[in-house]
Amino acid sequence: MSRLNTAALTKAMPQLLSLMLILFLNYLAFPGFFEIRLQDGRLFGSLIDVLNRGAPVIILAIGMTAVIASRGVDLSVGAVMAISGALAATMTVSGYPVPIVILAALGAGLLCGLWNGILVAYFDLQPIVATLILMVAGRGIAQLITEGSIVTFNEPGLIFFGTGSFAGIPMPILIAALLLTLAIAVVRRTALGLLIESIGINRSASSYAGLNSKLLLLVIYAFCGVCAALAGIIIAADIRGADANNAGLWLELDAILAVVVGGTSLFGGRFSILMSALGAVIIQAMNTGILLSGFPPEYNLILKALVIIVILLAQSFSSLGGWAFLKGEFRSKGANRQ
Amino acid sequence: MNTRVLPLYATLLICIIAYAACVFQFPAMFSTRVAGNLLTDNAFLGIAAVGMTFVILSGGIDLSVGSVIAFTGVLLAVLITRYGVHPLIAFAIALLITTVFGAGMGAIIHYLEVPAFIVTLAGMFLARGLCFVMTTDSIPIDHEFYAMLQGLFYRLPGGGRLTFIGLLMMVVFIIGIVMAHFSKFGSYVYAVGGNRTSAELMGVPVARTTIGIYAMSGFLSGLAGIVFSLYTSAGYSLAAVGVELDTIAAVVIGGTLLTGGVGYVAGTFIGVIIQGIIQTYIVFDGTLSSWWTKIVVGVLLFSFIALQRILVFLSLKRTTATSGG
Repeated sequence: MSRLNTAALTKAMPQLLSLMLILFLNYLAFPGFFEIRLQDGRLFGSLIDVLNRGAPVIILAIGMTAVIASRGVDLSVGAVMAISGALAATMTVSGYPVPIVILAALGAGLLCGLWNGILVAYFDLQPIVATLILMVAGRGIAQLITEGSIVTFNEPGLIFFGTGSFAGIPMPILIAALLLTLAIAVVRRTALGLLIESIGINRSASSYAGLNSKLLLLVIYAFCGVCAALAGIIIAADIRGADANNAGLWLELDAILAVVVGGTSLFGGRFSILMSALGAVIIQAMNTGILLSGFPPEYNLILKALVIIVILLAQSFSSLGGWAFLKGEFRSKGANRQ
Repeated sequence: MNTRVLPLYATLLICIIAYAACVFQFPAMFSTRVAGNLLTDNAFLGIAAVGMTFVILSGGIDLSVGSVIAFTGVLLAVLITRYGVHPLIAFAIALLITTVFGAGMGAIIHYLEVPAFIVTLAGMFLARGLCFVMTTDSIPIDHEFYAMLQGLFYRLPGGGRLTFIGLLMMVVFIIGIVMAHFSKFGSYVYAVGGNRTSAELMGVPVARTTIGIYAMSGFLSGLAGIVFSLYTSAGYSLAAVGVELDTIAAVVIGGTLLTGGVGYVAGTFIGVIIQGIIQTYIVFDGTLSSWWTKIVVGVLLFSFIALQRILVFLSLKRTTATSGG
């Protein structure tokens, strides 16, 4: 077990090192970065802020990891967030109790996920195409729910999910951590993770091996939809309103980026939910760093683009055997010298 | 009948029915004015969609289109308004940059063997980020050359105006159709989209073709950006958000398979016009919100993809039936 852990740690090295580097740069830009204080029974500080702001993307990345591991992609998560947020806000304003509101919003996400899953698994559509439909139409549906206006609410029970805290820890972090633990436990303590990987590597072979790959794909997309709905509720609760145009805009790209930064290949197969969450934290640490250092937030986009390019270069370098080649060179040189 | 043409006919039929239904409700829509405006208002979308058609025909996707349009607009505004560069020179600079940008993405896609989707995603972030770095303000463009281009139009019978940018879109579509169906490059694109490996074995220069496709998409996005800046007389870094989705939708509604290898540039034109008709209808109605466009486009997208699936399924069944019996 401990050998396995060291192996996992070595694999996670690039991500951990880059996170440390970003945190260190943040510290240079803003000396108070690592300060954490307890105020009014809630933790405050830039580090907490990174986790708190990153929580929605962490939650999205959890669902997205499963989808990408099955060799798919879900472009609709941003639109699903808008739908669930719109539904939560509108129902709250109409006076429904909080538990019903939450269940309805999650249910909407589940329906969206099932729709994507049916298209991918039973209609055999390419995942990009299948989820593109909801990505285009989803924001329209959200607008339909809010009737085109930004719906604001003041229900403390719902707001609690965005800005409340439990035992000093902000709710978004708590929800994300809970979901993360749950997802990892379900995926790694059962054969589910293995089955998802096998679909991602070769779907027809897995089907021939007796795996009900259609049902599994449906479940994966449904789970991703629920994750998106959860993230949508948190964001709506955080801003105390639902903006169908802007809620979750471009977050599907952040979620995909988090998964890729975490080392899961876009070609499916081996995946790690924990690493994807780490990827989401790295992205948020970059965002926060740019804000703290006083650069305009627009620089974020360029930075993200560069990060993607560097990762692609590194991945393609290692897949083409670049590292092995360099190591071999190095060793043979060393041998010659001896 | 060739089942591959069927989606194109279906699109054409839907376009005609939609227009007829609109005219039935609002007879004023049957005029050259509306037709002229349809072309002018969707000129930038159409031009970008031609590039997207080639990309999708080759089995790829280009998510950077909207950002590149905004980038071109901001670049032109900065060059012309801030530095006093003549628009023609600014156009040349912008087209050069966007073409090289596209070619670079094509090179990464081909040589690093990474999905087009993630490379052009990086391109989308990069282009949008560069916009913001240049300026976050909306810069107006006030130049007599711009005014001259904007004032250029051919008066159609009935008072409609075929503007310069509307005409430009038509020209781009005609060149696109010729390139796709009557040039070596076009057949290479279809070959790569149909099956990359066999194309390579048949001697198709896959590297050159892939880079050429994305360079072309970059060039046309740049041209769309120029048209957009002529249309709005300004450069704004938040402009054209989500245009890539509209162009992809136009291409798919136009009957091109997203798996590549099958489709027509002419279909994309109809796809653009259908989106334009929906928007015009909403304007004429006056009570509907513009977000209905999104829902209707989503529904159309789904119907066409479903139609294509059914056709593929039927043709597969027929092949097995004939080979079996």
